[in-house]
Amino acid sequence: MWDAFLKALLFQSGYNASLVAIGAALLGAAAGSCGTFLFLRKRALVSDALAHSTLPGICVAFIVMVLLGGTGRNLAGLLLGSAASAGLGVFVVHWLSTRTRLPEDAAIGAILSTFFGFGVVLLTVIQSMRSGYQAGLESFLLGSTAGMLFEDALLIAVGGALAVLFVLLFRRPLALTSFDPEFASTVGVRVGAMDLAMMLLAMGVVVIGLKIVGLVLIVALLVIPPVAARFWTDRVEFVMLLAGIFGGLSGYLGAAISASAPRMPTGPIIILVGAAIFVLSLVLSPRRGLVVELRRRRRAQARLLAGWPVDPQPDAASAPQACVRGHLDPSR
Amino acid sequence: MDQLAFGQNYCVDQNLRPSDCALEISGLSVTYGERPVLIDIGAQVPVGSMTAIIGPNGAGKSTLMKSSLGIVPRSAGEVRAFGEPLSRQMHRLAYVPQRASVDWDFPTRVIDVVLMGMYRELGMFGRVRPQHWEKAMACLDRVGMADYAARQIGQLSGGQQQRVFLARALAQSADLYLLDEPLAGVDAATEKAIIGVLKSLQAEGRTVICVHHDLSTVPDYFDRVLFINVRKIAEGPLETAFTPENLQLTYGGRLATAHINRLRTAV
Repeated sequence: MWDAFLKALLFQSGYNASLVAIGAALLGAAAGSCGTFLFLRKRALVSDALAHSTLPGICVAFIVMVLLGGTGRNLAGLLLGSAASAGLGVFVVHWLSTRTRLPEDAAIGAILSTFFGFGVVLLTVIQSMRSGYQAGLESFLLGSTAGMLFEDALLIAVGGALAVLFVLLFRRPLALTSFDPEFASTVGVRVGAMDLAMMLLAMGVVVIGLKIVGLVLIVALLVIPPVAARFWTDRVEFVMLLAGIFGGLSGYLGAAISASAPRMPTGPIIILVGAAIFVLSLVLSPRRGLVVELRRRRRAQARLLAGWPVDPQPDAASAPQACVRGHLDPSR
Repeated sequence: MDQLAFGQNYCVDQNLRPSDCALEISGLSVTYGERPVLIDIGAQVPVGSMTAIIGPNGAGKSTLMKSSLGIVPRSAGEVRAFGEPLSRQMHRLAYVPQRASVDWDFPTRVIDVVLMGMYRELGMFGRVRPQHWEKAMACLDRVGMADYAARQIGQLSGGQQQRVFLARALAQSADLYLLDEPLAGVDAATEKAIIGVLKSLQAEGRTVICVHHDLSTVPDYFDRVLFINVRKIAEGPLETAFTPENLQLTYGGRLATAHINRLRTAV
């Protein structure tokens, strides 16, 4: 098992496994860096609604392609369908939460389950179709890497790279929109366009992630890496970079683990690796980790009991000015 | 209706030329759903003045500021700055939102927040150069926060947060400053520091408009007032507009006469 894992890590366990590992790593990196801004804008749950609303689109695309005389298994066609219904789902959530009294979380819950339910019904309809018997559309629920083609990996790679490039280029207006949208609009940031871009990025990540991780779990890949990254840094650029690294690492390690053990589902393993990174960050982070918090609290308590003066802000007064300024030296 | 007529008669003391107005609002109305929040507001703020927007809770003070800036859509009305449509003068304007409107646990440092004020200068992709850092540090210095530049913003007290927001506005090098309750929930020392900076801006010939809550400090801090309560009640220099009558009209007679008498109102 250990040998197999090492082999998979080094791309030695076959063509297909290598494709999956590369694809998963790129997908994770894209999801982590794009998810950062969704998380900071407090829109993470919208991406869950988005992911679940892809299902009816996939099914409808399949049915249409079959009716047109194809096999219905063209990945690009299916993804196009999924994007269309995801877009519709997000639009309805947005409409409900801005034009009615329904709060956004309720709108998300309602739309997510309605679209998903409709998709499951369509899946059953497809089962009863003549050519639907071996459609295998259920694999989009939790992802399936068996029989991944080079074209699939290429699609994920290109899509993921474009998404990462976009957030890198537009990180300044994206960060400004996430922090203070009202102020942002007064300094010339097109807040509406940035919000739309965030949603489209999330949609792109969800759609290219359907094949590997599946629509039920993809939201985790958008949310967990930035949340874990937030424990290690107080700067938005670094949260974004670190989230990309954590996401990529989850994808890569997860794919390697599932390749080294027979019948291990790739998508869920990737998510679990991400969750492990999150737990490690939660416990060990030197800034906000549980261990440090506990030690800090103990020390403060001990000081209090010993009758020492307690500094309300531990490092407020002690940071020497020179050090603060030195840290900011732009030439460094 | 009577009230409205009274208010409007009262404030025709001025009719400034458009170019002398830092901000000129006419016929501005805003509705949320079916509820009117602002009705037919008109105001003229002369260049170089320091104006307090005053009114009870729910009077639409913040909405007036936001709708003037286009953050909240207006259902009617026109806003001009320095004699031109506001959209063409946005670069001369700095807005300081309410402190509570943002998440202070956001992963960013004090200096980064100030650099946000230089977004127009930096552009979407421009690199932050040493001169930008120096300017940002100078703005922090002006509000007495230079030593906190490398702090995460979540570690600041409320008053420090407000000063950082002010520093961000200073970094915009604007000619018109719009501040939404800059003195809400800050301690006396911070209040003094903020007012000091605002007065120095006025001394440089810039225009300052604040949503303000504390009636007792109005005469010390401002030279003009704009009373609103959904409709405009009155506007003008302290001597003519900051009167017991206008206070009573604005607060719907809910202020005790004794309280008003303690204020250093004109008349």
